[in-house]
Amino acid sequence: MKKLLSCILAAALSVTLFTSCGNQDASTNSDSKGQLVMATEAGFAPYEYIEGGKVVGIDVDIANEIAKEMGKELVIKDMDFTNALAAAQNGKADFAAAGISITPERLETMDFTIEYATSKQVVVVKSGDNSVTSEESLSEKVIGVQAGTTGDLVYGDKENPVQPKELKSYKKYSLAADDLKKGRIDCIVMDELPAKLLVEANGGELEISNTELFTDAYGFAIKKGNTELQQAMNKVLQRLMDEGKIEEFTEKHVKASL
Amino acid sequence: MSWFSNIFDSLYQTLITDNRYQFILSGLGVTLQIALFSVLIGIVIGALVAIIKVSAIGNHKLKPLSWLCNLYISVIRGTPVYVQMLIMYTLILADTGLNELVIGSITFGLNSGAYVAEIIRAGIMSIDKGQMEAGRSLGLNYVSVMKSIILPQAIKNILPALGNEFIVLIKETSIVGTITVYDLTKTAERISSVTLDLYTPLLVVAAIYLIIVLGLTKLLNIFERRLARSDRG
Repeated sequence: MKKLLSCILAAALSVTLFTSCGNQDASTNSDSKGQLVMATEAGFAPYEYIEGGKVVGIDVDIANEIAKEMGKELVIKDMDFTNALAAAQNGKADFAAAGISITPERLETMDFTIEYATSKQVVVVKSGDNSVTSEESLSEKVIGVQAGTTGDLVYGDKENPVQPKELKSYKKYSLAADDLKKGRIDCIVMDELPAKLLVEANGGELEISNTELFTDAYGFAIKKGNTELQQAMNKVLQRLMDEGKIEEFTEKHVKASL
Repeated sequence: MSWFSNIFDSLYQTLITDNRYQFILSGLGVTLQIALFSVLIGIVIGALVAIIKVSAIGNHKLKPLSWLCNLYISVIRGTPVYVQMLIMYTLILADTGLNELVIGSITFGLNSGAYVAEIIRAGIMSIDKGQMEAGRSLGLNYVSVMKSIILPQAIKNILPALGNEFIVLIKETSIVGTITVYDLTKTAERISSVTLDLYTPLLVVAAIYLIIVLGLTKLLNIFERRLARSDRG
């Protein structure tokens, strides 16, 4: 018995030692290691989603181009959307790319690259539901949004002219879509491209309402004051846009997701 | 329930399309890895804490250490492990450069240590005090009595409970996805983010957890029976 105990203790000790020094190379402190760390929330096809066990998508393609240009290795950290924003703010990641809309509120706490995509905010409803006729009609609705997204910021803001009956924030759109089908919420406010995919995947049960809300622009979020990285990324983004690469990426991933 | 009519399509999409079963299996590997590391870290910490607490009973010099151990146990048992994990990830271990899997293992190891300490302490205390007295009156010192009389018996009570702790950890670590680790649960979440099918991936990983836990419980029972073989009566 004594031997058994000492064996267990020895094994435990060696494992703790091994784990504590074995994984340094996967560090999040990127500057010294030639890594470019991107924080994201990989539940936002076509911008980022999982394929073959890896995070792929429009944002990932762009980020890869940026990393290549900078001669660094791209490392992707897949977390909740709100945590991804926080990671960019506090520098735990070099930047966050998750279809992030550039808003005045966000510009106060982080810097953004130039816009690389625009997205309409749309209302996803149950098929045949025509009750969303204008933005104002949302005031009688229970709205579902993803936590921390534009929809959450706009309709969760108590100063906003349109106040929903109730706002429910989800970590994932798949959960919101399920609740919409079950009638727990009346509609989802989200970006157009992922909305199309969501509607497609739910085979006729959901549709995008004709009512248009507003359009916003995506950028990559960077820690405030990191102008060096901002300029480097802007240069690559501008080049990609000039070359029509971003449309190419978008087309590829929308097709892959449908 | 339209889900049941499409069960084969859903399973195909969840497991076979894009080789998603590999993603799920890698998640299972990560889950087991974290649980194993955690339980090992937990055993080391738990054994230390338990030994200090038991030794402090008749030894005033160890009182401050024992007080520290009590503080550790109170803090760990008094706060949710999810909160502990977020504090570790965003604050305490944020600048160490450790990868998330290690941070998760340390968190759950520290957490488990508090529970293991109580398991080990209870195991030692379960041995009749008369045995210590008998050993001491035979001229053995405290450490030798512990080593050759008390601990061998205590371990028989402790080991099955430690196995149980491992099983508990396999389930508890399902929250580690929040700190970017692709464990079993997170693979399900991510697959349903792509397929937009909420139920199937969840049911699949639930089944995997259940099979693993039932299997380990069975093993543990066999192990316990073997340990009991030398019991009298």
